[in-house]
Amino acid sequence: MEYIKTLTNKNLKETTLYAGCGECQTSCQSACKTSCTVGNQKCENEKANEK
Amino acid sequence: MNMNMNKGRIHKFYLNEKYIVLDINSGSVHVVDEIVYDIIEYYEEYNFEEIATKLRNKYEYTNILSAYNEIKQLENEGLIFSENMDINLEYNKENIVKAMCLHVAHDCNLKCRYCFASQGNFNGERKLMDLETGKKALDFLVKSSGNRRNLEVDFFGGEPLMNFDVVKELVFYGRELEKKHNKHFRFTITTNGLLLNEENMRFINENMDNIVLSLDGRKTVNDYMRMTLNDNGSYDIIVPKIKEMIKLRKDKDYYVRGTFTSKNLDFSRDCIEYYNHGFKNISMEPVVTDLDKDYAIREEHIETIMKEYEEFSKIYMNLRKESPDFLFFHFMIDLNQGPCAVKKSVGCGAGSEYIAVTPEGDIYPCHQFVGEEKFKLGTLETGIINIELREQFKSANVNSKDSCKSCWAKYYCSGGCHANAYYSNNSIMKPHDISCKMEKKRIECALSILANE
Repeated sequence: MEYIKTLTNKNLKETTLYAGCGECQTSCQSACKTSCTVGNQKCENEKANEK
Repeated sequence: MNMNMNKGRIHKFYLNEKYIVLDINSGSVHVVDEIVYDIIEYYEEYNFEEIATKLRNKYEYTNILSAYNEIKQLENEGLIFSENMDINLEYNKENIVKAMCLHVAHDCNLKCRYCFASQGNFNGERKLMDLETGKKALDFLVKSSGNRRNLEVDFFGGEPLMNFDVVKELVFYGRELEKKHNKHFRFTITTNGLLLNEENMRFINENMDNIVLSLDGRKTVNDYMRMTLNDNGSYDIIVPKIKEMIKLRKDKDYYVRGTFTSKNLDFSRDCIEYYNHGFKNISMEPVVTDLDKDYAIREEHIETIMKEYEEFSKIYMNLRKESPDFLFFHFMIDLNQGPCAVKKSVGCGAGSEYIAVTPEGDIYPCHQFVGEEKFKLGTLETGIINIELREQFKSANVNSKDSCKSCWAKYYCSGGCHANAYYSNNSIMKPHDISCKMEKKRIECALSILANE
């Protein structure tokens, strides 16, 4: 690609395959305590992270 | 200048010298040349020849064709203009609880003007949690956690260090439970730092996965809002203690967390103050309060706040060149190992997998609802008995909230804070518009920062 640089290497739709295991950190517990930012949490699904 | 638009499937904007196109449903983020940015403006409504005609005064025909083909390729790969996700959101049907905000002290040794806990007591009696209630809370968490291994407990208040002996005993008790039930507790603590001393700092450092230290940036800002019980400022007492605590942390997590209000809309200067103190993990949050307070953030402040976030993003990029480990919580987005689509749709899990427990053993959806009788889910004795309320929280997600369905930011903010929504619009289904605007700006800043790194 000459004109486009893609920063992501994962398609969010593919994560529905192993989604919702619930092991990841609760977003509100991490630092903010008043507003949500989920995008900066880590996925903690072992199978997902093998990929 | 920042331009943006939303055609329902993508969001594009220009910030920090980068043209960025976000594909909402695949989560793809593309940094593009101006020619691509211009083509995308017309891409869904016009065919190639029509677009080439529109742009012929600005670009060569062959370049338009090449750029157009690149967009087409991404479209074929499902990475731009991708269709809505069809997620089966049977969220937490087993009603697992895995995170707890444990209010070990409904009392405080500061009297901050904006405190949502009404100077620590949450509009109730000043009370410390006894050890027995704390143990019951951890038992309840283990019992309700099903097959989840990672359990989170945040020691919260009021000021949790006012009940430090109980905090310590509960950590020991949690370690016993871990072995017995094959669980892993992540303990964290949120403190104003006033009572930090050598002994509790050592204990916290060894036992807490994260520590959130409250400070509002510059001395004048902090001391106006965060007063001691004698009406003095707290800055001079707290800053040396925070520094000491952070020195002990080394590689372990901590956050210095501040609140900004309409009294310090130039909050980037407070973040710089943190940086100058050597605080590397920072967070600065907009105040949550009634609109009639003179320090509340109102619609009239939004334009200034948007500019301030943009300004801070530029300062932040420069500071990170000197100090790559300097991190602002809301400018961090993990584009590759981030959460799955379900997590991104449901958000914090308050009232379902995340609960708050008071010193009396009452259960609420999260710390922000504590003391609101109609939001009581139950007690440690009865368990969660307000099933209807739990279901309301479980079903509040980006697919069910009208204003989230078509929002480009939905998979970043995950529907926003339920408490913000309730306290501003009297419904957890109606997100707080001002919070949405700020969150969107923070996401744009975060993505433009990533595009520049």
